[in-house]
Amino acid sequence: MNQRKPEKISLTPDGRPLCEQPVWRQDFPIDWPEDQYVARRDFTKFLGLTSLAFVMGQFWIVVENWSRRGRGLPPLRAIAQLDEVPVGGTKTFHYPEETDPCLLLRPSERSFLAYDQKCTHLSCAVIPEMSQGQLRCPCHHGYFEMATGRPLAGPPRRPLPRITLEIRDGIIYATGIERRMV
Amino acid sequence: MPVPMNMEFFIDQSRCIGCESCVQACTECDSHKGHSMIHLDYVDRSRSTQTVPVVCMHCHSPTCAEVCPADAIKRTEDGVVQSARKPRCIACNNCVLACPFGVPKMKVEFELMMKCDMCYDRTSTDRRPMCATVCPSGALFYGAREEIEKLRPQSAPFNRFQFGRQTVTTKVNMMAPRRSPPEYLDVLAAMQGPPAGGKIPLDLLASSLFEEGMS
Repeated sequence: MNQRKPEKISLTPDGRPLCEQPVWRQDFPIDWPEDQYVARRDFTKFLGLTSLAFVMGQFWIVVENWSRRGRGLPPLRAIAQLDEVPVGGTKTFHYPEETDPCLLLRPSERSFLAYDQKCTHLSCAVIPEMSQGQLRCPCHHGYFEMATGRPLAGPPRRPLPRITLEIRDGIIYATGIERRMV
Repeated sequence: MPVPMNMEFFIDQSRCIGCESCVQACTECDSHKGHSMIHLDYVDRSRSTQTVPVVCMHCHSPTCAEVCPADAIKRTEDGVVQSARKPRCIACNNCVLACPFGVPKMKVEFELMMKCDMCYDRTSTDRRPMCATVCPSGALFYGAREEIEKLRPQSAPFNRFQFGRQTVTTKVNMMAPRRSPPEYLDVLAAMQGPPAGGKIPLDLLASSLFEEGMS
């Protein structure tokens, strides 16, 4: 019993050889050497496919940039009346698409700010904390500066996309979206 | 470095004097310091002082590893069934319930199953397991087969066990009288005998378990 080859030490419960066993048993072998074994061909396949995925990713970024340029300017959209938002108040709206939630903030009498509401970490909705002058993401306690949208604390590393605003005749219009990396 | 193939573990239950040296020595093992992996069981405490040390038998088809849903229990090339891998173990207790010998211990505080790994840090560097170094009566013995045959001319090692309908063969050997060597040891036989305290007929429990499995 002890003279078996070291690498074939495990017996299967029914005693049949490993090649006759169900596939799951071959995928999850009990023997350490078989569990750790990576065939050269598998490793090469992994390297090849991973490199290919990276290359395709680069092409995808190029195509995405190119198509974004072709889309033209974001639409101009009326989002609120000037007297609709009190000082220290907020309002949610959707811009540029109906699926993009945004926040309009009025920290003082003469200033209006608007940001994309999705946290740049994992897209949870950020909550404005007007008295603190910051925006808080409740999911992982990320904090953003209210004046600039830059991350202050927590996991997010990129600032919130800023929505550019324009006020004409007592109506607030969203005119564009400013995506920043830093 | 793997454990040398000629070095084997022999358990001679009848020589155990219940001194608990092995239990203490086991806690000194570097791979699980402070936690003893040896079970020192009383056979029938009300009638006898006989104790039985239980270490991992290192089965050739380890049931603990078979039932592990997280693929955490592995056997190294020398046939030693290792403790659960910490990154994989999900503390589900399957191995604890499945082991025919009741070896694995669930450490809830670590969310990890820990078991005797034949002192792998020692045996893989050509030293004897902690318990075998301290056992004063030789109930736990680690060495070459020729050595034990010379030391115990009356006894012969065997490694076949019957657990219900499951036949278990192990790397660790048990010693039995040479003149009537058993073909196998029925692990559940103790449960069929008269109950220790006369309270709970254990065979009822066992038979109900296995009837369920057969249907």
